[in-house]
Amino acid sequence: MSKPEGSPAPELGHLFRRESGRLVSALTRVFGVHNLELAEDVVQDALCRALELWKLRGFPDDPAAWLLVSARNRAVDVLRRERRTRVFAPELTQLIQSEWTLVPALSEMFQDEMIRDDQLRMMFSCCHPKLSDSASVALMLSLLCGFSVQEVAAAFLAEPASIEKRIVRAKGRIAASGRLYELRGTSDLKARLARVLRALYLLFNEGYHGSHSIRTVREELCEEAIRLCTMLAEHPSTNSPEVLALLALMYLNAARLPGRINQTGELMPLNEQDRGSWNSEFVQRGINLLNASASGDFVTPFHVEAAIAAEHATSPSLAGTNWTRIVEHYDILLKLRPTPVVALNRAIAIGQEQGPERGLAELAELGQDAHLARYPFFEAAFGELELRAGRAAVAQSHFERAAARARGMDERRFFLGRAAVCAGEQV
Amino acid sequence: MSDFMYLFRGGMNQSSPEEMQKNMQKWMGWMKELSAKGHFKAGEPLEAGGRTLKGKNKVVTDGPFTESKDLVGGYLVVTAGSLDQATELAKGCPIFEYDGTVEVRPLMLMQQP
Repeated sequence: MSKPEGSPAPELGHLFRRESGRLVSALTRVFGVHNLELAEDVVQDALCRALELWKLRGFPDDPAAWLLVSARNRAVDVLRRERRTRVFAPELTQLIQSEWTLVPALSEMFQDEMIRDDQLRMMFSCCHPKLSDSASVALMLSLLCGFSVQEVAAAFLAEPASIEKRIVRAKGRIAASGRLYELRGTSDLKARLARVLRALYLLFNEGYHGSHSIRTVREELCEEAIRLCTMLAEHPSTNSPEVLALLALMYLNAARLPGRINQTGELMPLNEQDRGSWNSEFVQRGINLLNASASGDFVTPFHVEAAIAAEHATSPSLAGTNWTRIVEHYDILLKLRPTPVVALNRAIAIGQEQGPERGLAELAELGQDAHLARYPFFEAAFGELELRAGRAAVAQSHFERAAARARGMDERRFFLGRAAVCAGEQV
Repeated sequence: MSDFMYLFRGGMNQSSPEEMQKNMQKWMGWMKELSAKGHFKAGEPLEAGGRTLKGKNKVVTDGPFTESKDLVGGYLVVTAGSLDQATELAKGCPIFEYDGTVEVRPLMLMQQP
């Protein structure tokens, strides 16, 4: 033997992460949710074994299939060893007691289609009504995306200890819930789906708007949100116009991520973004999804947000943007979701459509909101419009106030950069 | 040219799936390099556990069950010009990033030095 055996290196992507999510979901159904931790341990074992073996022997033909068989065999071992002493999934009690049915039952449960369902059931379980949206997001990253506590904490720029506490508590909640969420014939499916969508929206926005300075981290979060949302869109039980609209929104925004953040993680203002760097394939996918999402007879905030994102993504330039239509969309969005941030974005759009003075008047009307007063982009919006109105000194002081309210180094640097531009205008 | 055995211990810190995958890919890169330069001869990972036989009475015990950092997890046989070269080559092993060790041992040969 002169070189390691095994197949040539396949494109792995995030194979271990993906398979971890799939296998934890499948094993949780086999073992029962109360044995969630056992499911995670078995998956960890299977991955460790793959690492030990593959690093010296090279890849098997189908690494994903290898991992699945490895996890399944481990599950059979565990069930054999502990079926008399431990309680597993109630619906499997009969099947696992007999050698005649144990292995066939397990093979059946590890079919792709079954695992796909298990992942969705896990996703819905993660969005238990007793959990906060941010706890649901952390849990989804942990259980469905194979993120470690450290990785979740790093993604959210949070303390690992507090994230760990949050995840452990949330897992305890799921483990105590009796069984994985049932997708078919469940009366509260709609309400639970709304929670799932909110969590995915939050996950995506953490990547898109979050204050993380490493672009790959942001892209990964957006990518995971898209992956999970795609699973909803592809499943007959959860496919709905609202899901398609959210997925459209994700693609249309993700398309612009490369222009929004430069390589060093700095935020770029819209007028300085290189529109050529936007991902045209994602834009097209987003537009197609948005069209497909129009089949329902109701409009959700995701539809309107996606429509706004589509306007931006398909405009040739800032000046060539159809601001009138964007303002119309914001009018609708403000009715559906009357939040200060939506009102702020509407005012900015009005400033683009009707000139800076009109925009400033709109902003001034919002000035009383305490939430906005702390929001750095509120001050920055004043700054941009004052600058366009030719009052660079006023604009500069707005940007400096925005910098003082910044929530991270990147934001701070961005606002100080804008303030410096204003200073340059005054010379 | 002589043959050397690398004995690997540790380097299996419990980590996230993503880190494990990166760890594995680094190993594969290193192995590919050894192989491309004609150093690689053989190598296998070892299961944990097994049996140990000891003494005149051939007493059989399960194990070794030592701590995983002390347990030989696998070996490689490489061809190199000298112990120094074999040691240099071993420095490329990713195991050091994961708190593991490599023991480099020359294989004894029948021919007289």
